[in-house]
Amino acid sequence: MSNSLRNPHQERWKFRYRLGIAWSLVSVLFLVLIGRLGWLQIVAHRYYHTLAEANRIAIVPLVPNRGLILDRHGIIMAENRYDYDLEINPRLCDDVDDTITALSRLVAIGPSDQRLFQKMRDETHGLTAIPIRTHLSDEEVARFSVNRYRFPCVDIEARLTRHYPLGEEASHLIGYIGRINEDDLDRLSDDDQESQYRGTNHIGKTGVESHYESLLHGTTGSEQVETDAAGHGVRQLAKTPPISGSDLYLSIDAKLQHVAEESFGTHHGALVAINPANGEILAFVSQPGFDPNLFIDGIDQEHWNALNQSPDKPLNNRALRGQYPPGSTVKPFMALAALQLGRRSAEDTLADPGYFSFPGSSHRYRDWREGGHGMVNMRTSIVQSCDTYYYSLANDIGIDTLHDFFTQFGFGQKSGIDLDGEAPGLYPSTAWKRKRYHQDWFAGDTVISGIGQGYVLATPLQLAVATATLANHGVRMKPHVVHAIRNATTGKMEPFAPEIMRTLSFRPQDLNTITDAMVGVTSPGGTAASAWTGTTYSVAGKTGTAQVVGVRQGEKYNANALAEHNRDHGLFIAFAPADHPRIAIAVLVENGGHGGSVAAPIARRVFDYYLTGKAAPLTSPLP
Amino acid sequence: MKSSPIRTLIRQWLAPLDATLLRTTIFLVAFSLVVLYSAAGMEWGKVVSQLRNLGLAFAIMWLVARTQPQILMRLAFPLYGIALLALIGVALFGEISHGARRWLHLGPLHLQPSELMKLALPMALARYFDWRTRPPDWRDFSVTALMLGVPVALVLRQPDLGTALLIATSGFYILYFAGLPWKVMGILGGSILAALPLIWSHLHGYQKKRILTFMDPSQDPLGAGYHTLQSMIAIGSGGVLGKGWLHGTQAHLDFLPEHTTDFIFAVFGEEFGLIGELVFLGAMLILITRGFYIANEGSTPFTRLMAGALSMTLFTYTFVNMGMVSGILPVVGVPLPFLSYGGTSLVTLFSSIGLLMSSHHHRKLVKQ
Repeated sequence: MSNSLRNPHQERWKFRYRLGIAWSLVSVLFLVLIGRLGWLQIVAHRYYHTLAEANRIAIVPLVPNRGLILDRHGIIMAENRYDYDLEINPRLCDDVDDTITALSRLVAIGPSDQRLFQKMRDETHGLTAIPIRTHLSDEEVARFSVNRYRFPCVDIEARLTRHYPLGEEASHLIGYIGRINEDDLDRLSDDDQESQYRGTNHIGKTGVESHYESLLHGTTGSEQVETDAAGHGVRQLAKTPPISGSDLYLSIDAKLQHVAEESFGTHHGALVAINPANGEILAFVSQPGFDPNLFIDGIDQEHWNALNQSPDKPLNNRALRGQYPPGSTVKPFMALAALQLGRRSAEDTLADPGYFSFPGSSHRYRDWREGGHGMVNMRTSIVQSCDTYYYSLANDIGIDTLHDFFTQFGFGQKSGIDLDGEAPGLYPSTAWKRKRYHQDWFAGDTVISGIGQGYVLATPLQLAVATATLANHGVRMKPHVVHAIRNATTGKMEPFAPEIMRTLSFRPQDLNTITDAMVGVTSPGGTAASAWTGTTYSVAGKTGTAQVVGVRQGEKYNANALAEHNRDHGLFIAFAPADHPRIAIAVLVENGGHGGSVAAPIARRVFDYYLTGKAAPLTSPLP
Repeated sequence: MKSSPIRTLIRQWLAPLDATLLRTTIFLVAFSLVVLYSAAGMEWGKVVSQLRNLGLAFAIMWLVARTQPQILMRLAFPLYGIALLALIGVALFGEISHGARRWLHLGPLHLQPSELMKLALPMALARYFDWRTRPPDWRDFSVTALMLGVPVALVLRQPDLGTALLIATSGFYILYFAGLPWKVMGILGGSILAALPLIWSHLHGYQKKRILTFMDPSQDPLGAGYHTLQSMIAIGSGGVLGKGWLHGTQAHLDFLPEHTTDFIFAVFGEEFGLIGELVFLGAMLILITRGFYIANEGSTPFTRLMAGALSMTLFTYTFVNMGMVSGILPVVGVPLPFLSYGGTSLVTLFSSIGLLMSSHHHRKLVKQ
């Protein structure tokens, strides 16, 4: 019975004992906590401190505005425009397909738009807003805005995009920007420029856009923002504002460029006009062109195929990268070499039988005029473009001497123009041929080099530079397309300093001889006379015709019998006014036949416009 | 003396309030408001509303403190009954409204039955042991185990693992202080360990994930391990001296989830450092030790058991919350006494302190 009754005293002691054990447990576990906290805050403090800092601050790039590209008079050639995209946020939509159907009654939504949308939707799992249409017209923006209330999950997104208002005009010169790809990223990381492109999706791909990328891009600013874990900015800590890219004023005269391009009509080819005194490029044409606006956000397959597979090769920059036999346009330079080296005097004459052949050989190097030009001196050799004279002259001078002479004018090497991807052209030498083909140089190779055929290749740009050098009395200027750089922040214009590449010394009378002969080319009796009747200024020019296919011995060149792409290229180089040259030009018309008939008229219109302010209206399409 | 009668009245009113408990509590409360102001992003809204909660809590504490333990004891069974019914109601209602927790938040008083059970269960168990006239034997422990098991199972079903465990421990402490044989506790512990695989298979996916992530929080830093990792960063970056009041970065930037409630200790640790934490732990230890002292001095089994169990519960909350925030325990929704924002837990806490005070103040009146 006593067992069944409570014993308060014993119970108290038992309880007190249990309290003691519990309190010990409390103390021990508090010590465990203190140990843990001590570990976190003393031992691992540095580690967590670093983590906390990383948690706290996010660096948000502030993208600078890309610099504009303008012509020398301020006509905009590349600008930044607000572009409007229509975006659907699938998460907010009840039914995406219904939404698209309803939207398509307001704005044009093509099958390719829908395909792209579906693709991006799959990729993003529908978590973000996805564009259903890009480049909305103002009218479409307005139409959607009125009906916006009907589309809770659709919004218009405005962003700055590049725009090329001139379209195809000067497209090869301006180039374009496009999305940054793997190659661009590699290049940027090599140059340690990656940080500059945080927040930027586009980069210059070709032309001025590419060459002046760093100037146009500007300096990316940054904003240090405290963020929460979801990455939302809470407070701005520090800000380095971006520095807008510089505006580039090109040396190009957009109106002159327009005149030059329209003068080509349907012909393909290239034209480079230079101010001989300072190397400024005044017009830079490669025909056909393309619409650079297509490339900005990635060109679609359809347009790409059309451009890339076209036999017209519109993506080829013919002026910069096209390497053509310069043909007879080398003759003034040949003649100057003869005078300079004392191989010929201006008065020395040659009786031209219509061909040149080596003693004891039956192989005839034919003149373009059957039967020859009769008695030919230096002037007539240029005015009438006598081939035989130059076959013989080249043979007398020798290829290696010619190589050295032509190199001074910039043949066979890059001109150093401020554009990327320039082709070097080629002026051959015995050493070159040995190296390239492991073959000896043949005398016949020299002979045809005398009329700019054989191995000789030049870009239209090189021809223009060489012509400008002639016009500038032997001072070869580095060609450049930028006239001035305008600092976007200070507004200060920094003119582009002309740079002398090389100063060649010629006797003035020798240069006069050549210039006079070239004036003869555009005068009655000259090969380009018909194109230059009635000018108010004097023009020193030279025609050229470059063979695309060889004409076999005993055969005649017959343009009509050849496929168009095998017909000769027409060339024309010139500068004017002849006594005080303000412009030098090289024109190449692919498969255009004789230079005097197709290339010279184009030069005429350009010169007329540049020197007198107006060009003759375009006559019927050129032959 | 004109004010003498008023002074006497005030003294009478304040008499039940144990000085040690009251001072420590006021210190901790002042402390908590300072921390809350910072944790709430330097806005007064939560501080003001917490002040209101505190006013209510102090009033309840005072009411409980001046109530005689005998009356409290008499309230124990009815309170337990109400809480149990409410839990059953939640369980039934929960079936209908897809989740019992939602119902609780829609309730007009936002009073959670499980919160009421936190106090009602130990009270009812202590009442039970006080009521028996013979020393507790296996029958008593069986009955109390049932009294404990039913509400715990109901809360587990809600599902709220954290609260269920807390209710279970608060009940267990009564059993422990009532003299639950060590042998039984050993068997109980052993069988729980043995049953772990079975329990594991019955856990919800998110519960399993929590425990797995607890093993290695870095596994899923932006997912389930996120909370722990973030609070460890906050505390660790605080260092010994802390970053200073209002100068913590982690909480203000919302890196810390629940940074005014369950995770407020991370804000506190970041800003006040190890020194501040030691002060807080010291204050908590004073409270708990005082509670043990009161338990020891208790005049009836009910007050002794209640005081002991409530002190241990206070310790449990503190330890579990700080252990979770500092990454030595898995994440369970346990508020930190005093520091965590929230009215319900504050009322529960101050009621407990009131019970301790009542027990101590009235101990001589009921001397056996």
